[in-house]
Amino acid sequence: MSEHQLSAPPPGTPGAPSGPTSAPGSAGATPAPPAADESARVERVARGSGGRRGGTGGGSARILGLVVALAAICVVGYVSAGSRFASIDNMLVILSLASIIGVLSIGMTFVITAGGIDLSVGSVLGLASVWATTVATQTMADQYGWIVMVLCALAVGTAAGVVNGVLIAYGRVVAFIATLAMLVAARGLAELIAQRRTQLVNVSSFQDTFRGDLLGVPKIVWIFAVVAVAGWFLLNRTTFGRRTVAVGGNPEAARLAGIAVKRHTMYLYALAGLAAGIAAVMMLGRTGAGSSTNGLLYELDAIAAVVVGGTLLSGGRGTIVGTVLGVLIFATLTNVFVQNNLDSSVQQIAKGAIIVVAVLLQQRFTSRTSRT
Amino acid sequence: MVTVDPPNRPPLLQMRGIVKQFPGARALDGVDLDVLPGEVHCLLGQNGAGKSTLIKVLAGAHQPTEGEVLVDGEAVTIATPVAALKLGIATMYQELDVVGGLTVAENVFLGHELATGGVSRRREARRRTREILARLGHPEISPHREVGSLPAAAQQIVSMARALSHDARVIVMDEPSAVLDSDEVENLFRVVHQLTAAGVAIVYISHRMEEIRAIGDRITVLKDGRTVARDLPARDTPTRELIRLMTGRNVEYVFPPSQELAPDAPVVLDVQGLALRGAFTGVDLRVRAGEIVGLAGLVGSGRSEILETIYGARRASAGTVQVGGRRLRAGDVTAAVRAGIGLAPEERKAQGLLLDEPVYRNITLSTFGRFSKGGLLDERTERRIAEEQAEALDLRPTGVDRAIRTLSGGNQQKAMLARWLVHGCRVLLLDEPTRGVDVGARAEIYALVRRLADEGAAVVVVSSEIPEVLGLSDRVLVVSEGRVVHEGPATAIDEHAVLDLVMEGSAA
Repeated sequence: MSEHQLSAPPPGTPGAPSGPTSAPGSAGATPAPPAADESARVERVARGSGGRRGGTGGGSARILGLVVALAAICVVGYVSAGSRFASIDNMLVILSLASIIGVLSIGMTFVITAGGIDLSVGSVLGLASVWATTVATQTMADQYGWIVMVLCALAVGTAAGVVNGVLIAYGRVVAFIATLAMLVAARGLAELIAQRRTQLVNVSSFQDTFRGDLLGVPKIVWIFAVVAVAGWFLLNRTTFGRRTVAVGGNPEAARLAGIAVKRHTMYLYALAGLAAGIAAVMMLGRTGAGSSTNGLLYELDAIAAVVVGGTLLSGGRGTIVGTVLGVLIFATLTNVFVQNNLDSSVQQIAKGAIIVVAVLLQQRFTSRTSRT
Repeated sequence: MVTVDPPNRPPLLQMRGIVKQFPGARALDGVDLDVLPGEVHCLLGQNGAGKSTLIKVLAGAHQPTEGEVLVDGEAVTIATPVAALKLGIATMYQELDVVGGLTVAENVFLGHELATGGVSRRREARRRTREILARLGHPEISPHREVGSLPAAAQQIVSMARALSHDARVIVMDEPSAVLDSDEVENLFRVVHQLTAAGVAIVYISHRMEEIRAIGDRITVLKDGRTVARDLPARDTPTRELIRLMTGRNVEYVFPPSQELAPDAPVVLDVQGLALRGAFTGVDLRVRAGEIVGLAGLVGSGRSEILETIYGARRASAGTVQVGGRRLRAGDVTAAVRAGIGLAPEERKAQGLLLDEPVYRNITLSTFGRFSKGGLLDERTERRIAEEQAEALDLRPTGVDRAIRTLSGGNQQKAMLARWLVHGCRVLLLDEPTRGVDVGARAEIYALVRRLADEGAAVVVVSSEIPEVLGLSDRVLVVSEGRVVHEGPATAIDEHAVLDLVMEGSAA
C-alpha cells in the first residue's frame, strides 16, 4: 500500500519479509470467490434493510458492497495470475502486508468516527520503533525480557497520542494542524534518536516472540486480528464506542447530554497513538529493525482504508468491519499488481481511482437513504 | 416623510399568496405584500411568524411552493440570490453575513467584484466603497481594514454598504438596528431617507415600535405564516391593535391546570446573581419542587443564555447555581447532569439529537453509562427502557430502532423529554419546548411538563410564545436586554402587559 510495501518482491520470489511464500501450484485448493452466492446475499440483505434505517440500517449493504469489490479484485487476480494468486501462501502474504496498516487503521477509525483526523500515526510508528530499539532499551530488554521493548513502543505511541489529544481537546488546535505538527516533529525526533541509522533488533527473545508463524499464520496477522476484534468490540459494544459515535455525530448534543467531550477526544487520540505503538512492534517483528523511516506515509493509507471502508470523514458513523475490508482491498490490489509485474505507478493511479469511486458510491448511497 | 397615495404609484414589488412548505412544517401559508417605490414598508410579526422565510423567498434563497412575486407588475421567478440582485432586490440579513478574512472593500463587492477581463479593479472598488461608507456616515471605516477586526456595529455598516452597492430598488433590512447604538440608528435612518427620496423601497423589519413609528410608512403584519393585516398606516395604528394582530390567537392552547404548590416544597434550583458577560447580569431565580417558572422575552434578550448558563453549557462570569443545596461548578455540563439537571435545548436538531442514530440511543444518550457494566453496553435493557418511555409518551411512529431524523418535531421533542425522564431529573430546563411542534402534540407536551413538575421536578421554561409561557407556568419572569424586568405569578399578568414590558425594555 505504501512505498515500503510497493517494493515487495516480484511474483515468484518470496514475498514480504515475514511471509512464507508460494510454491507455485501448491494451493490450487483456494476456490475462486463464490460470486453468484455473494450477489444473491447482497440482494437479500439490501431488501431486508430497506424498510428500516437506523444507525445500523444501511451498514450491512455497504459492507456487502465492499465484499463484492474485494471479490472482484480477487477474481481479477485469479484470472490474471492463476494459482500464483489464489494460493493459501499468497493469501497470507496479502494478510501480512495488510496487518500493520490495518492496526493503524483501526485506531484511525475511532478518531475519524468522532469527526477528527490523525495525520501523525505513520511518524509515531517510526518514532516508537526507533525508541524501542535504542541501545538503552535493548540492553534493558536483554535483562528483563522482550516485554520492555513492547512497553516502550506502546508508551511512546500513547504518549504522542496524548499530546495530540491534549492539544486538540484542551488547546483547541484543529486536529489537522495538531497532528500535522506531530507528523513532522515525531519524524524529526526519530531521526535525532536514531541518528539516521537503522537500529537492528538484537534481543533474540523479541524476535522469537514476534517473528514467524503461529498455527501457520504469521504472528503479525494474529496481532491484526486481535486488534481488529478488540476494536470492533470497543466501538460497538462499549460505552466508549457509544460516546465516540455521539461525539462524531453531534458534538454539541453530546456535550449537552452530559458527555465529557473533551476528555473523550483526548482518549481517542491516545488510542490512535497506542495503535501506532502496536504497529511499531509489528514493524519490528517483520523487519527486525527500528528506523526513522518506518511507517513513512502510512497515515495516508490508513485514512484511505478507513474512508473507503465507509466510515464518515465528517464523523458520526464508523465501521471496523468496513475498515478491515478497506485495508484488505488495497492490500489485495497491491498484490495483484505485483503478481502481474505491473508498474507501481499504475497501481497508485488505480488506488486513487478506487478511493474516488468508493466515496462517490457512498455519497450516492447516503443521499438516497437520507431522503427516504 | 412622504404620505402614501397608492393609486398614483403602482407597486414596485408585489407578493401574492406566497406559500412555503417545508418537510413537516408550513412556514408561509398565504402571504401578501405590496411595496411601493419610495416607501418604508414595515413587516411585523412574532418570532416564527414567517418573516425570515419571507425574506429568504425575496432574496432567492428559498423557492415558494405556491404564489407569485411581481416586480413592476410582471411575474418573476427568483431562482437564486443572484437573480434577486439582478431584479434589484438586496437583502441585509440579521445575522452578520460578512466574510471576516476579507477587507471592507472586498466584502462590499463580494459576488459582484469590479473587474476588467478578470482582473479586479481594486482601486475602483475602494473608491466606491469609501463613497458608500461616507453616505452611511462612516467615513472612518477604511476600505482596507479586515472586516473580522471591526466591531459588530461596524460590520453591520459594511453589510449595509454591500446592500447599497447593488444599486438596489428594494432593500430588505432584517432588524438592522439590533446591534447599533442610538447615534448609529440615527445614521441608519438618514440613509433610509436618502434612499426612499431616490425612489428606493425599503422592507424594514424590527421589533422596536418606536423605530417603526419614526421611519415607517405602512405596516404589514404576519402571523403563523399568513398576512393578517396589510398596509396599515405606520404612524396612526395604535400599538394595542398591532399587538393584538401579532398575537391574537386562532388556536387556544390546552394547558393543564396548575397544582397548588405544597407550602413546604423545597427549593431545588437556587440561582443567585448569575451573569454572563455580554448577555445578562444579576439573575436571581429560585424554583421549588413541583413549580414551573417561565422566562418570557425576545430572542437576544438573554433568556436562552440564562438557561444554558445554569446548565453549565456557558461559563458564568458571576453568580452561583445550586441544586438541592449543592453548588455546581461553573461551566461543567457533566457535573450539572450528574446533579440532576436536564436541558431540552432551543435548537433541538443542532444541539439535542444525533439525527442518524436510532430513537432509543437518543433517549438514552445521557444514561447509557448507567445501563452498562464495566463499560460494556447493555443494549437490551437500554432499548427496553427507551421502549417503555416511548410507549408512555405515545411516541409515533412506534419502533425505537428508526433514525430519529424520521420523526416529526413533536415526537423528537418527546424523545428529548424521554431522555430526561429516564435520567430522572430534579431540574428540567426547557428552551422553546414547542418550536416546530404542531398543535396536537403541544397539548401532550404541556401535559407532560406538568406531570414532571407534579412528580417533584423544578421546571424552567423559555418560550417566544407568550401565551405558552403564561399558560404553562406558575410564575413568570420577564427578561429584557439581559435583565429580569418583572417577576410575579403567571395569573397576575397578561400577554399585552408582557409585550409592553418586553418592548419597553428593548427600546432603551
